[in-house]
Amino acid sequence: MSDLRELYQEVILDHNRRPRNFGPLPDATSTKKGHNPLCGDRLTLYLAMEGDRIVNVSFEGSGCAISKASASLMTEAVKGKTVDEARALFERFHNLVTSPPGAPVDSTGLGKLAVFAGVRDYPARVKCASLAWHTMKSAVEQTDEVVSTE
Amino acid sequence: MTRAAHATPATTFDVERVREEFPILRELVHGRRLVYLDNANTTQKPAAVLEALDRYYRRDNANIHRATHLLSERATQAYEGARADLQRFINAASTREIVLTRGCTEAINLVAHSWGRANLRPGDEVLVSWMEHHSNIVPWQLICEQTGATLRAVPITDAGELDLDAFDRMLTDRTRMVALVHVSNALGTVNPIESLVAKAKAAGAVTLVDGAQAVPHLPVDVRAIGCDFYAFSSHKLYGPTGSGVLYGREALLDAMPPYQGGGDMIASVTFEKTEYNELPYKFEAGTPNIAGVVGFGAAVRWLSAFDRQAVQAHEDALLEYAEARLAEVAGVRRLGTASRRSSVLSFVLEGVHPHDVGTILDAEGIAVRTGQHCAQPVMDRFGVPATVRASIGIYNTREDIDAFVQGLQKVREVFG
Repeated sequence: MSDLRELYQEVILDHNRRPRNFGPLPDATSTKKGHNPLCGDRLTLYLAMEGDRIVNVSFEGSGCAISKASASLMTEAVKGKTVDEARALFERFHNLVTSPPGAPVDSTGLGKLAVFAGVRDYPARVKCASLAWHTMKSAVEQTDEVVSTE
Repeated sequence: MTRAAHATPATTFDVERVREEFPILRELVHGRRLVYLDNANTTQKPAAVLEALDRYYRRDNANIHRATHLLSERATQAYEGARADLQRFINAASTREIVLTRGCTEAINLVAHSWGRANLRPGDEVLVSWMEHHSNIVPWQLICEQTGATLRAVPITDAGELDLDAFDRMLTDRTRMVALVHVSNALGTVNPIESLVAKAKAAGAVTLVDGAQAVPHLPVDVRAIGCDFYAFSSHKLYGPTGSGVLYGREALLDAMPPYQGGGDMIASVTFEKTEYNELPYKFEAGTPNIAGVVGFGAAVRWLSAFDRQAVQAHEDALLEYAEARLAEVAGVRRLGTASRRSSVLSFVLEGVHPHDVGTILDAEGIAVRTGQHCAQPVMDRFGVPATVRASIGIYNTREDIDAFVQGLQKVREVFG
């Protein structure tokens, strides 16, 4: 087990305490709910789209520090991106948190999101870190179901 | 169960000797001494159980009730011996009343589907409570959907006790089944099960008690309780996973149709008609978890060899100690403060999600459960998404509790 501080980085604790883009979005064109039945995390993601561009995004809900910080940092990262760019970021993020412990960390293009590298050492927490991302992916792909990590 | 104050200190119970019987307690977790406080989830297994499993597979393994060879005889004896141990353990009248299942969940499903399908009609009601485990809710929902009966749930109070006035009001001549938990796995509440069963019977209802969280901690006598059905599992009782018991009063079991069809549950089969086997085999289709049952028997023999009152006093004193120590941690809100409670400490820590608490405690070698504990209505009732649950077993010590509280202080450090 790596040091807990690798998981609970200051940036994560900060976004947990003061989540950015938190609350409903009045001009949302798309709303999506995500649910992690294992720990009871629930979030609602609001997206304002113009064409294939995410011009604004916010979220609300309850969850652990990892899931809340992940949602908060994700909203910052995908705001202004096109759907394809957001999808590509999803792939990079997903690879980061699911790569085998010990493998080289590839945080190319992830910016601040690289703070989630520690999650891969805690398999039980991968779902927490990826809930918001799965919800976002499903929202931009406009599927109908509530997103579940199960 | 504890009455907030005055648990008697255990004098005839030596916890250090008990710990020596559990090889896993010598494991290091993340380089630290294992502090196992997830006993309501599943318990660890003593050497007596591990050896019974090993002996069974090394010396006796064969299918039961089916062959004339010696190993089959030995396997059958071991399996039926476990059934007799279980009968004595809960004071059932006969081994015909001990149906061996894959677990407590299957035992409840068996009753819901077999008894329920035969007896529930539109307009009938099944009464459960808000503190049930999902396994005592969902089987009833399924059978109510199929039969047109209605599922009703008795509310609980802020302390996590059954609302007895509501119970009295909701118990009517429409109530056909009252299915209640004996000890709540999410709150630790010990229900006054004898009086609840008596009221239900007086109202003409059939009664089922989910005893999964009760049998490891309290001596249980099904005839003293007076219930029609009592279900529990092996793995929360220091036995292996994959086996459980449905106790059922013989007259009811006799009248019920089989739950599953297959081998061993029949007397004769033709394509025109199948005669079912006698009790309890009518409800045991297919080759069962023989080793699991043998291990289950070893577990109840092992536990029964203790002075159960001394074990209870030890666990209650520890719970009381844990409650007192938990009060030292800033921002704790406990769920479940019933006047009678057992073995479970459920709480939330202000500003920190239970899942984060669980991860930080794990790094300290401390195993607790975090989440909804398969009891989402309880979480909804108290308006929390999840809780941290520390649950006590026979081998826990004050040292475990101290490590746990120290772990919570560490959580406070990380989260500021």
